[in-house]
Amino acid sequence: MIDFNMIVEKLPAFLGGADGAPMMSTSDGLQLTLELLFLSLACGLLLAVPLALMRVSKNRVASSLVWLYTYVFRGTPLLVQLFIIYYGLSQFDWVRDSWAWEYLREAYACAILAFTLNTAAYTTEIIAGQIRNTHYGEIEAAKAMGMSKWLMMRRIVIPSALRRALPAYSNEVVMMMQSTSVAGLVTLADLTGVARRVFSDTYMPFEPFITVACFYLVLTFGFVWLFKLAERRWLAYLAPRKH
Amino acid sequence: MKKPLLVLGALALALTTAAHAETLRFATDASYPPFSKQGADGKMTGFDPDIAQALCAAMKAQCEVLPQDFDGIIPALNAKKFDAVIASMNITEERKKAVDFSDKYYNMASRLVAREGSQVNDAWFKGKKIGVLRSSIQEKYAREHFVKLGAKLVSYGKAPESFLDLKAARVDAAFVDAAVGDVDFVKTANGKGFALVGPDYNDPKYFGVGSGIAVRKGDKALLARINQALKQIRADGSYDKIQKKYFSFDIYGK
Repeated sequence: MIDFNMIVEKLPAFLGGADGAPMMSTSDGLQLTLELLFLSLACGLLLAVPLALMRVSKNRVASSLVWLYTYVFRGTPLLVQLFIIYYGLSQFDWVRDSWAWEYLREAYACAILAFTLNTAAYTTEIIAGQIRNTHYGEIEAAKAMGMSKWLMMRRIVIPSALRRALPAYSNEVVMMMQSTSVAGLVTLADLTGVARRVFSDTYMPFEPFITVACFYLVLTFGFVWLFKLAERRWLAYLAPRKH
Repeated sequence: MKKPLLVLGALALALTTAAHAETLRFATDASYPPFSKQGADGKMTGFDPDIAQALCAAMKAQCEVLPQDFDGIIPALNAKKFDAVIASMNITEERKKAVDFSDKYYNMASRLVAREGSQVNDAWFKGKKIGVLRSSIQEKYAREHFVKLGAKLVSYGKAPESFLDLKAARVDAAFVDAAVGDVDFVKTANGKGFALVGPDYNDPKYFGVGSGIAVRKGDKALLARINQALKQIRADGSYDKIQKKYFSFDIYGK
């Protein structure tokens, strides 16, 4: 019933060949999915830490600006955000005349921008939540040591919050990996995009989509396992006692 | 025991034949103006849906026209989501392996749409980005010809998306049915400064013998009815009336 020969034959296409690589990227298929994922996660995390600090700061303006940002990006579908960035922005002449157009004209850069802004919004809230959850004992101890506010943030609050954010962040990573599949709707042939191409070339729906489903499952398994290791390393002090 | 079963069987048969005569479900591309376009009320309008309605009138059947993205239209037909596809689909040998086709209902060449004054020759394609509809014959032709000349393909799910990107200069040309490029883009405000350029592409090896209505493989009865109805609307003038509504030229071809 399932044509395994077809799956084996098309497997290289799913892994990604340089043939169909979009501009700025090195490949399509699995490689493109991983590129989109890691670049947007890295940029998103870098943005999220300062944004989380602003979110919990006593400065009303900074805090509400970040609140607005996370509210907008968590309150709208990623696909809509991607369409606004890809199809929407290109309608304005001043965007097309600006330096940014060199990047925004490429679907690849638009996808990374949309994914970054989206994951940064979620990650900001995850980290901000953990900063607020910091145990008062840790803060009192830091103050008793005579640490300045920034030193305390840098040495105590942020490292501790990032550790405790690990379980929630692993969910975000897995969700983000699945979200990269919307890249296929702005001409990019990521894993799902390749599956759609194979589907429309062969008229067989099961084989390509089951194949990509397996790819995503394996990736998810890998991420969950990595985060388990990380939690064992950095969250050991919160684990239940074994002896 | 046997009699009630028989009665039930007869009833079921009567019901299915009645249902068969009732409604025919045609699928058309969700967005391929002027051939098909989904109105704000969800109803499909355009050349393809109108022809479908005319065919159904000739077949004395009710007609339902459903939108479906082109790249999934053949699998969905084979999965019995609808009975026939009228989606400007060219009759090609490869597609004939998956579905059966009616006689052609129009035949038109494909053209490139690009900036006015583009001098299209083999050298022109080098480094150019060309937008095509995913799984269209234009994509297939472009993959085997334009890519060899150094062009890069960008595949879209809907034709209007490729026009948006053409206007935004993300692609240098779109490769589509001539009438679609002309009516839906070049003649509109968006298409100012653009034109149909280069030659007519109609190599039968790729573009087949025109566009046909597709039915599931082996659905001979429906195919015969559609072909009969097609002859009828060609003869009684309803085809011409629909054609005039959308085009200022003859698209049926020779």
